[in-house]
Amino acid sequence: MKRSLALLSVVALGLAACSSNTPAGDESSAGADPNAPVTLRVATFNEFGYEELFTEYMADHPNVKIEHKKAATTDESRDNLNTRLAAGSGLSDIEAVEVDWLPELMQYADKFVDLTNDDVKDRWLEWKTAAATTQDGALIGYGTDIGPEAVCYRADLFEAAGLPSDRAEVAKLLEGDWAKYFEVGKQFVANSDAAWYDSSDATFQGMVNQVAEPFENPDGTPKPLADNTEIKAIYDQIMQAKADGLSAGYAQWSEDWTAAFQNNGFATMLCPGWMMGVIEGNAAGVTGWDVADVFPGGGGNWGGSYLTVPKQSENQEAARELAAWLTAPEQQIKAFKSKGTFPSQVEALESEDLLSQTNEFFNDAPTGEILANRAAAVSVTPYKGPNYFSIRATVTDALNRVESGTDDPASSWDKALEAYQALGLS
Amino acid sequence: MKLSPYLYISPFFILFAIVGLYPLLYTAWVSLHDWHLIGGQGDFVGLKNFADVLQQPRFYNALKNTFSIFLLSSIPQIITAIFVAWMLDANLRAKTFWRMGVLLPYVVAPVAVSLIFSKLFADESGLINTLLTQIGLSPIGWHADSFAAHVAIATMVNFRWTGYNTLIFLAAMQAVPRELYEAAVVDGANRVHQFFHVTLPSLRPTMIFVVITSTIGGLQIFDEPRMYDTLGAGGADKQWQTLTMYLYELGWGPTRSFGRASAVAWLLFLIIIVIGVVNFLLTSRISNSEGKATKKGAQA
Repeated sequence: MKRSLALLSVVALGLAACSSNTPAGDESSAGADPNAPVTLRVATFNEFGYEELFTEYMADHPNVKIEHKKAATTDESRDNLNTRLAAGSGLSDIEAVEVDWLPELMQYADKFVDLTNDDVKDRWLEWKTAAATTQDGALIGYGTDIGPEAVCYRADLFEAAGLPSDRAEVAKLLEGDWAKYFEVGKQFVANSDAAWYDSSDATFQGMVNQVAEPFENPDGTPKPLADNTEIKAIYDQIMQAKADGLSAGYAQWSEDWTAAFQNNGFATMLCPGWMMGVIEGNAAGVTGWDVADVFPGGGGNWGGSYLTVPKQSENQEAARELAAWLTAPEQQIKAFKSKGTFPSQVEALESEDLLSQTNEFFNDAPTGEILANRAAAVSVTPYKGPNYFSIRATVTDALNRVESGTDDPASSWDKALEAYQALGLS
Repeated sequence: MKLSPYLYISPFFILFAIVGLYPLLYTAWVSLHDWHLIGGQGDFVGLKNFADVLQQPRFYNALKNTFSIFLLSSIPQIITAIFVAWMLDANLRAKTFWRMGVLLPYVVAPVAVSLIFSKLFADESGLINTLLTQIGLSPIGWHADSFAAHVAIATMVNFRWTGYNTLIFLAAMQAVPRELYEAAVVDGANRVHQFFHVTLPSLRPTMIFVVITSTIGGLQIFDEPRMYDTLGAGGADKQWQTLTMYLYELGWGPTRSFGRASAVAWLLFLIIIVIGVVNFLLTSRISNSEGKATKKGAQA
């Protein structure tokens, strides 16, 4: 699901802190009559494409009534989830969770039902399930969609700069590691007024998502940033690319970024499936966008969601059943057809409906097939522990300082080290 | 002793105790503990949260930003509001139309104001920088330079609140007895003299009210700076992170430390009280001395 605008959230001092630690746990409806009437509340955000599926499920299960709570943004949903998790009551029977805030919830895995079950065994891509599995093997979320990344590019700008513009040739041109991607970028900017990519931060995100243990060790302890050579190397590489004029220097989702789609601001973008809709919207009227079946340094994933069942729920078994049904390949294909959420289920990725999908805006590119290939290419699931966000933010701040021209790479890195110290993690 | 008078006034105090006093004291209680947003209450740590916060350079940075934005918004706002109110107080055609007009921006939600102004203040595609570059000036780094960011945010605040304060001043001005002006005219005072020696001193209680409410509002500013860019964290260098944003980051951000967030909330509360008292003393002194000056002037 897409990252949304940061919306304002109300600071409810004091009042939000009334926490009760009693798990609303074990009175699950295991032994109860499976046909007893039950009302299930499902909380989602943005567009999951579930509306018609709910109607279908209720028709098949006359005893089940589904109430859908749909938040406009992921942030709204996250705030709601956090607050009610803290309060110990008020959550829906099924809560949708974005992969970005899954790591912080994994710390409270005991507040969610272990959804492990034979009927969903091997349903998802292995890395999708791995991210929602705790160290003792509990599965707290069923995968819905994923965001496998390809490279979106402007064929017309490529052509004007003397680069090949056909999507198969571009895929061949960019095949390789990040150094290769930056190298081609240097060739491009030498012959064009446009930048190579939109944002240093977005590129950093793409690179970090290929590092197995970016900021923390698998036991949850943070890696001191000063000794983190892997991240420093990525930082240096991006700063070099910035110095070479490859970055257009926009923060994604900002006013300038949106406007740049209309005036040839940049030629390529790292592009998860859901981003294609965003590009199409921002670049309305601009021709030349295409998408190549390639991603620097292997595969990459950005975004995607899960369905969880909080222990607060009084209908845990019925909720699990519904979640399992919704995330089954057949249903996910329907959601994909309705709202374009790209399925994470192995079987769905082979479906003819998916593979035959093309996108008119991207020069009739076979997006279904490309994204399915990209999903198969993902080989690394980065470990994101409880401090992933805070540490990553210190580095992205450093990148943005250089990007906005207020600082140079070296002193900006020093500030990142200071900010890391201020987190007080070690 | 009669009980009934106390019963009559009790609803206010009961309500205040529930929605005012209780959260205040509860926040103080939280600030003395290790308290996690989801994990809940931890160990009693005394004043450690306060010490932690006061050692963070980020706290002082946020304090500095808050004051900068507060001064950049409140001072021009009050001066403009008094001036506009003075003009509206004159004998105009279609009075109600103009008076409603100044209040219009107040009706717009702050988040909507931020969205509109982000189009003006965008670094590259924004209206203001486009105009600047067209007349040959260099564009302003609205999201890079700290002071420029404060000016931009203060502009949004001023847009929203100037009209509101104008109406309050206008109401106060209309309560000034017209005889005072007539007497001043007889003494040969022109419009400017009238304004400084009759209007301003008469506004004293209103001025105190407006200054104190805008202090409270100004020091708690959150919506506008949070909506100023898409990340809402106050900029890469925290150029426009205010105290309430810092509080939010501590409590709801990665650290999720309600203890530290409550400590910041209490520090902010104390700061507001101190500023409020200073404001009160200053404002009453200024009005007093002006009042005396007017009296002397009238005697002379």
